[in-house]
Amino acid sequence: MKEFTWISKPYPRVDAEAKVTGRVRYADDLVLPGMLFCKLLRSHLPHARIRRIDTTRARSLPGVLAVLTGKDLPAHKFGILPTSQDQEALCVEKVRYVGDPVAAVAAIDEWTAEQAVRLIEVEYDPLPSYMTIEDALFKEGEPIHAQGNVHKEVSLEFGDVATGFEEADYIREDIFLYHGSAHLPLEEHAAVASYEPGDLLTVWSSTQVPHYLHRTLSKVLDLPMSRIRVIATPVGGGFGGKSDIFNHEIVVAALAMITGRPVKCTLTREEVFYTLRRHPTLMWVRTGVREDGTITAMHFRAILEGGAYGSYGVATTYYVGALQPITYKIPNYRFEGMRVFTNAPPGGPKRGHGTPQPRFALECHLDKIAEDLGMDPVELRRRNLVAPHTKTVNWLRITSCGLAECLKKVVEASRFHEKHRRLPRGRGVGLAVSGYLSGAGLPIYWNDLPHSQVHLQVDRSGSVTLSCGAIDIGQGSNSVLVYTVCEILGVSPEDVRLIVADTAITPIDLGSYSSRVTFMAGNAALQAAQRMRDLIAAAVAEKLGVPAESLIFQGRQVKVGGGEDRALSWREACEVAEARYGLLSATGTYTPPRLAGPYKGSGVGPSPAYSYSACVAEVQVDEETGVVSVEKIWIAHDIGRALNPLLVLGQVEGSVYMGLGEALMEDLSVRQGVIRVPSMLEYKSPTVKEMPEVEAFLIETVDPEGPFGAKECGQGPLLPVPPAIANAIYDAVRVRIDEVPITPEKVLKALERRRKGEEGRFGPGGFPAIRFKEPIRVAPPSPSSAGRVEPRP
Amino acid sequence: MLRLPPFQYVRPGTLHEAVGILASEGGKAVLMAGGTDLLPRMKHRVAALEVVVAIRALRELRGIWGDPRQGLVIGAASTLAEVCSHPAIRQGYEVLSLAAAQVATPQIRNMGTIGGNLCLDTRCSYYDMPYTWRKAMGFCLKKNGDTCLVAPGSTRCWAVSSSDLAPVLMALDGRVRLVGPRGERVVPVEELYRDDGIRYLNKEPAEILTEVLLPPLDGWKAAYWKVRRRGSFDFPVLSLAVAVRQDEGGHIADARLILGAVRSSPLRVREAEEALRGEKLEPGIMEVVCELASRAARPVENTDFTVLWRKRMVKVFLRRALGTFA
Ligand SMILES: Cc1cc2nc3c(=O)[nH]c(=O)nc-3n(C[C@H](O)[C@H](O)[C@H](O)COP(=O)(O)OP(=O)(O)OC[C@H]3O[C@@H](n4cnc5c(N)ncnc54)[C@H](O)[C@@H]3O)c2cc1C
Ligand code: SF4
Repeated sequence: MKEFTWISKPYPRVDAEAKVTGRVRYADDLVLPGMLFCKLLRSHLPHARIRRIDTTRARSLPGVLAVLTGKDLPAHKFGILPTSQDQEALCVEKVRYVGDPVAAVAAIDEWTAEQAVRLIEVEYDPLPSYMTIEDALFKEGEPIHAQGNVHKEVSLEFGDVATGFEEADYIREDIFLYHGSAHLPLEEHAAVASYEPGDLLTVWSSTQVPHYLHRTLSKVLDLPMSRIRVIATPVGGGFGGKSDIFNHEIVVAALAMITGRPVKCTLTREEVFYTLRRHPTLMWVRTGVREDGTITAMHFRAILEGGAYGSYGVATTYYVGALQPITYKIPNYRFEGMRVFTNAPPGGPKRGHGTPQPRFALECHLDKIAEDLGMDPVELRRRNLVAPHTKTVNWLRITSCGLAECLKKVVEASRFHEKHRRLPRGRGVGLAVSGYLSGAGLPIYWNDLPHSQVHLQVDRSGSVTLSCGAIDIGQGSNSVLVYTVCEILGVSPEDVRLIVADTAITPIDLGSYSSRVTFMAGNAALQAAQRMRDLIAAAVAEKLGVPAESLIFQGRQVKVGGGEDRALSWREACEVAEARYGLLSATGTYTPPRLAGPYKGSGVGPSPAYSYSACVAEVQVDEETGVVSVEKIWIAHDIGRALNPLLVLGQVEGSVYMGLGEALMEDLSVRQGVIRVPSMLEYKSPTVKEMPEVEAFLIETVDPEGPFGAKECGQGPLLPVPPAIANAIYDAVRVRIDEVPITPEKVLKALERRRKGEEGRFGPGGFPAIRFKEPIRVAPPSPSSAGRVEPRP
Repeated sequence: MLRLPPFQYVRPGTLHEAVGILASEGGKAVLMAGGTDLLPRMKHRVAALEVVVAIRALRELRGIWGDPRQGLVIGAASTLAEVCSHPAIRQGYEVLSLAAAQVATPQIRNMGTIGGNLCLDTRCSYYDMPYTWRKAMGFCLKKNGDTCLVAPGSTRCWAVSSSDLAPVLMALDGRVRLVGPRGERVVPVEELYRDDGIRYLNKEPAEILTEVLLPPLDGWKAAYWKVRRRGSFDFPVLSLAVAVRQDEGGHIADARLILGAVRSSPLRVREAEEALRGEKLEPGIMEVVCELASRAARPVENTDFTVLWRKRMVKVFLRRALGTFA
């Protein structure tokens, strides 16, 4: 194997120093001359008709330059998905959740803006509110949207589930509930807009999706994209929470156009809680297995509590059903999913987008099946693991797959078999596995265009200018781009000028979501760098009279290989090439292969490659208090290749942290129509003191399609953590908590039930009696199409 | 980000001057020591004040003197970090330094003071929130409204006494010195508090807490247990301060037992103290004491965790706390 110089090495992130010394300028750090400050008036009612808005008093407050309502804006709705164009920058007719914006003020400072917002008078006619899944389905009254409170319904059957269940020796059903949670990025969302003579609108925003913001601004403001420039500022944490289009981004743009002055809006922490959240999800699962544990059929139902708007919800609904078959061979599989509207902030993607919920259900469910069969839970999983280079029943193409190895690693490292069902009462171990996508196979709006592009420019100075639309949200995409180019061109990070996420000057990347950036922008960077190397190699080869293939780019030199010690310095080589070809420029592009299966709805789930994880948790449960402490986590992640092990471990540990929070305490619940505790202090998320020791293992399977063989690591490792913890709690005290977060109250309740001789369980009691529509029936891929994946040329 | 409202910041040079400003400004002025409690409330627009009188630098309020044999004097503006690390406290009154170490986070302990901790506003999950949120939820008695959201129909506010140091100082039989326009007085810590979420302090607004006074230890041993979701950062949802004096045979000569965070003032459970006197710490008596304490504690649904759980935890943690003396 070739020795790498920059790849596979634990170099610090390229922006590490700037970040820890506070030099990074986030959106809220921007100050432009004459800048105004914007505050939004948000609805204090969960569901109401707007009868009248009077802004007179607000307008007359000294220091106020503009007051905006929905009527002052072009009447275009927006939404991140083309199918869900249901949002307004400022509500015109109705408000649909506490926090829904109705008016905005631009003033000379934040205090004045806040005072003015309080002077805006809105008269509402309150409507009945729908706060739960049951409300949305069964409560009478005016629905939240004209289409009714059911936003999306999905019903798919792969293979023949009825026959599958007939073949089963044992069938089990379970119901699970996964509560909603917040993304909790440290940086609050912020946006600044400026509108310059010559009609150029510039918007800086802490966004994960500058390209989609660019498109949306063009639509809602009736401006061509060529007159809008979106710059994504470094994002201080996103986790999916900045992957939508937000009202304030549109509002500051409109206010800048009206006032002719730059306008900034920084959300408060409370407002951040009103942006997006993880979908609370109720799930029912039924699985049939043979005596030996082989799965014969699975039927999975889910209802997602979607909040007030569509957001990514259609995709989320499909995701809740899509990835069960990428870890286990499920020969017959039926998925029924429904997303309902409620009067709460919209449900959107959060780390793992729609898959932590079903993964929790599935892994706890399998643990129970293993117990029922008297089988080792490791063995049950092993029996059913998918094999590399196969297709799943729902037509997902699996390439590299290190799941078996991940499982082996954590089982051995944790000495699972010595501990499981053998530790003293109160202590236990639990296991779970999972898989996730390395980038969505399809863009969110239909097109045939590349998903990621990179441009490189080199000149006689030897400096390399790398531009790409990708935005680093902390996942380290800047570092991946730079180290990739350094590896191929043999230069050092100091030689690379990185320009990212500026729609005026960087080529398009679709955004930092679905774990796609390392995979896709990485591939684009790799291609651009290879092309640039070929260009320079050709010029140098001509000059030195050697074959271009013999040249080695390394250590800022272009060397003649084969024992010769002739070499040009990198700068000399650039000069030679520029003299030969003029300005040196190369581009790279990545478009995923077409992978969607032959059925409607097959667009969600396909990915050029899947990452895999396995996790063992060891917990201690205090039976008097119900408090669970996680003592240690072992996690193995199939990363394909770790382009930078330091960054990968950071992502793995960060995922464990987030999974731990969702498992044990995070609960974005609503009380009387209002998010209960939208505050960093009272919304409970673990601190360093709750974080257990994490022993992480990176499994390298070198994926044929990934850049240098890499796959994703930003989201997947979260998935097995909550179910591993729940299973460990069962091992410790023999109660099943089928609902996250697993709070002390729930544990005590289950223990009490067990003591009384009832079922030692806490969880939802039932699944609403709804009839899903007739499924679309899909024949599984034939065995012949289920094999072989051609390596990338 | 939530911003502070505009206000006038004054920094008096002497205690006397500070008292004078407070007295003359009336309700418009407020004291600020570390500001770690006051400033968030100003950002939430529950404290709307025009004049902030900063007292952290006042010489009269600084310094820690004494030892366990003579007793201890702690200047009210001593930071929690200083209380944690002061040798006389760590060696002689360890329970106080351990309790102080459990307040908030290191950064907040570097700013927050012992005086501010004792005068900490009462807390409630319907109240410690920004204006916009409170407007949506409905304003309550404690600020802007006319009903209690936790106990509708109640004429009083049930916001929770959340100071970690108040129960401990009560267990150590501490007193505080208050200096006001009408002179100064020294009162037991217990008497500083009223069981009312709005008027939770028995002191004039213009009275400044200048010192905390602790008597000699005299054979007392004390423990403090704090119950909360997370091991850092969180306020107590229940706390227990227990002090006992035992004879050689292990019999309890005297005891003090205080529950924190179960009502609007620290709750001294005298019946339980009485029950302990003359007893050895054996399972039977511990059960009696736990039962008495549990009966006395009547939290309401306004902090993290459910009321039921908080109430159940009284027994569990009291047993554990008493166990440390057995
Ligand atoms: C995130 C967070 C977590 C926290 N966690 C805890 C916790 O776990 N436990 C806990 O007990 N506290 C906690 N606190 C509250 C607070 O930080 C501490 O109680 C601190 O000791 C308060 O002291 P201070 O000097 O900052 O008070 P300030 O904010 O300056 O004052 C608090 C109040 O006391 C009054 N005051 C201050 N000094 C005097 C004086 N000398 N005489 C008369 N009145 C005075 C002020 O007018 C004000 O009303 C937390 C705070 C935050 C922000
Ligand atoms: S206890 Fe009642 S009155 Fe007091 S702060 Fe809470 S809701 Fe308001």
